[in-house]
Amino acid sequence: MAHGRDPRDVAVVAFAQSDHLRRTDDLSEVEMLMPVLHRVLADTGLTTGEIGFTCSGSSDYLAGRPFSFTMTLDGVGAWPPISESHVEMDGAWALYEAWVKIRTGEADTALVYAYGKSSPGSLRDVLTRQLDPYYVAPLWPDSVALAALQAQALVDAGETDEDALAAIGARNRAAAAHHPHAQLRGTVPPGDYQVRPLRTGDCAPVGDGAAAVVLAAGDTARRLCARPAWITGIDHRIEAHALGVRDLTDSPSTRLAAERAGAFDRPVDTAELHAPFSSQEVVLRKALGLADDVTVNPSGGALAAHPMMAAGLIRIGEAAARIHRGASDRALAHATSGPCLQQNLVAVLEGDARE
Amino acid sequence: MPVSKEPVAVVGIGQTKHVAARRDVSIAGLVREAALAALADAELTWSDVDAVVIGKAPDFFEGVMMPELYLADALGAVGKPMLRVHTAGSVGGSTALVAANLVAARVHRTVLTLAFEKQSESNAMWGLSLPVPFQQPLLAGAGGFFAPHVRAYIRRTGAPDTVGSLVAYKDRRNALKNPYAHLHEHDLTLEKVQASPMLWDPIRYSETCPSSDGACAMVLTDRTGAARSPRPPAWVHGGAMRSEPTLFAGKDFVSPQAGKDCAADVYRQAGITDPRRELDAVEMYVPFSWYEPMWLENLGFAEEGEGWKLTEAGVTELDGDLPVNPSGGVLSTNPIGASGMIRFAEAALQVRGRAGEHQVPGARRALGHAYGGGAQFFAMWLVGSERPAT
Repeated sequence: MAHGRDPRDVAVVAFAQSDHLRRTDDLSEVEMLMPVLHRVLADTGLTTGEIGFTCSGSSDYLAGRPFSFTMTLDGVGAWPPISESHVEMDGAWALYEAWVKIRTGEADTALVYAYGKSSPGSLRDVLTRQLDPYYVAPLWPDSVALAALQAQALVDAGETDEDALAAIGARNRAAAAHHPHAQLRGTVPPGDYQVRPLRTGDCAPVGDGAAAVVLAAGDTARRLCARPAWITGIDHRIEAHALGVRDLTDSPSTRLAAERAGAFDRPVDTAELHAPFSSQEVVLRKALGLADDVTVNPSGGALAAHPMMAAGLIRIGEAAARIHRGASDRALAHATSGPCLQQNLVAVLEGDARE
Repeated sequence: MPVSKEPVAVVGIGQTKHVAARRDVSIAGLVREAALAALADAELTWSDVDAVVIGKAPDFFEGVMMPELYLADALGAVGKPMLRVHTAGSVGGSTALVAANLVAARVHRTVLTLAFEKQSESNAMWGLSLPVPFQQPLLAGAGGFFAPHVRAYIRRTGAPDTVGSLVAYKDRRNALKNPYAHLHEHDLTLEKVQASPMLWDPIRYSETCPSSDGACAMVLTDRTGAARSPRPPAWVHGGAMRSEPTLFAGKDFVSPQAGKDCAADVYRQAGITDPRRELDAVEMYVPFSWYEPMWLENLGFAEEGEGWKLTEAGVTELDGDLPVNPSGGVLSTNPIGASGMIRFAEAALQVRGRAGEHQVPGARRALGHAYGGGAQFFAMWLVGSERPAT
């Protein structure tokens, strides 16, 4: 495959993430993010002024203040003024916006970052605020309870059982055993039921973290990175919000996004899935039709570290990093948002053929 | 291989009637009303839409975190891509630009973009005020933040202290010609504006934007879509965003560099060298009256220190030679997250010749402008009645 022939082909050329920690009381969002920004800029040798477009993803509800992204803009060093935008979504969608910007020809490079601190509040309660405000949110059904509904539906359908779910958690944390940034790594006991059938080990850890990616087009990507991770396809789709009208054991939006991203054209060797619950990995594997020989979540996935708003971007970054270091030639990265995998993004990344 | 962007056309525009409180509709009902109006204008249906790009200001205004998740059904987005933009007060403009780029990059052919705020769900002033210790108390709401910058403008330029009231009186009278505007103050007089209570010196009550519930939607499409449009489209000739930090040594709050750079980029794209002569109408984000003369300078319509003279001379009146905010502007309608998109949409209505009673006769090129945060986020587009050369 000859990637980057089209000057508007876009690649991930750098990725960095913070350590993911249960609490970061001593760090503001800006302090958490700045080392990550500095790392991707240092890796590419770019300065803020040389970046064509900057886009971030974060949530005011996590930060507990309006316009929280204005704080981290200070960390970027937006002076002289920069071309910049922000999505109130996971950073994977910020990356999507940046990809579109580069595709228009208005920018050759983009800095994408995302961050979230879940530690100041009770994340399970906070996430109830993203449900239908009239009929659902007043009942405060929390994120774990909703995921448990989905997990139970899978068990009832014979798609999985509690042992299989526990094995998914164990496999992800084992994969993260030597990951320098993971929050949970190695052997983690399954723990007590959070909401049956989900045990502590089936749930992503709650924590704080940040990540950043640099995108570049065509020849610029080749100049900045020895083996760019070319985005050969990227698409995202949303489903209905009301859980009652969805089949929770399937993810048609993931399948459609993957189809549009060209994921089914040829097999992938790696998949980084954003599954904050072990049961959701079952749903995603099915929707994506992943073969048994695909390496799933070599980073440990969201079950090893799950900074809200950044965890989806990290999946793209981890997949790209494997291509950068030659451990993958074609990888799929997935990001999710909303209750029970309501909204999903799929990107397909490829490295140039090796000599 | 030379790269050329797909020209982007605005073929559908819809707004709600903006009011203080839309108690008759849910948030979903509010956004759907604007979306359906935009689709009706374009004579399209939900199935013609490839993707939805939605924007709004802080989620605290309605108390719903990432409400686009809940709004997916109401906006016909199920099975489609849906993006949610948030760039503070400039968000309505930024949202339209993100949507336009999807068409320009040929990712999608027809995109529905929408911005809204249902401010009656909470108290916007306190929703905008940061909790201690992030900010000193008594700096309540946006007016408390921006009033010192207005005072700096007056000191710098020596503008007579009546200029603000002239802007407010003009915009509120323009609003009488706009059926969608929130404030319709039929008995307002200049004297009443000047006698209204002082809120944040020098900004008086009648020189301040209201707090509104409302939504605005646009259908953006490519050349093929425009060719099928039942009504004349508006064409995007240029669009840009610029950001700078909230606070730093040397920041000019009166005329931020990011605003100047953003305007320069848009004019360059559109081939505009003399905006004062070449533009027929401007919809700029003026939440407090004095921002009209301030932005006239920042956007290059007047020399530094001279903006107030245009206002005072009536140049910015509906029948002046550079009408500013013929719709009544933010001073008459302010659902914060939607306000930027309303500016963009009103600029498009002008060049489509579809602005009704507040139409600027023969408008061919118009600027839509939005800003937000601590005068640090800027989004602008320039639209024209003719398709831009590719």
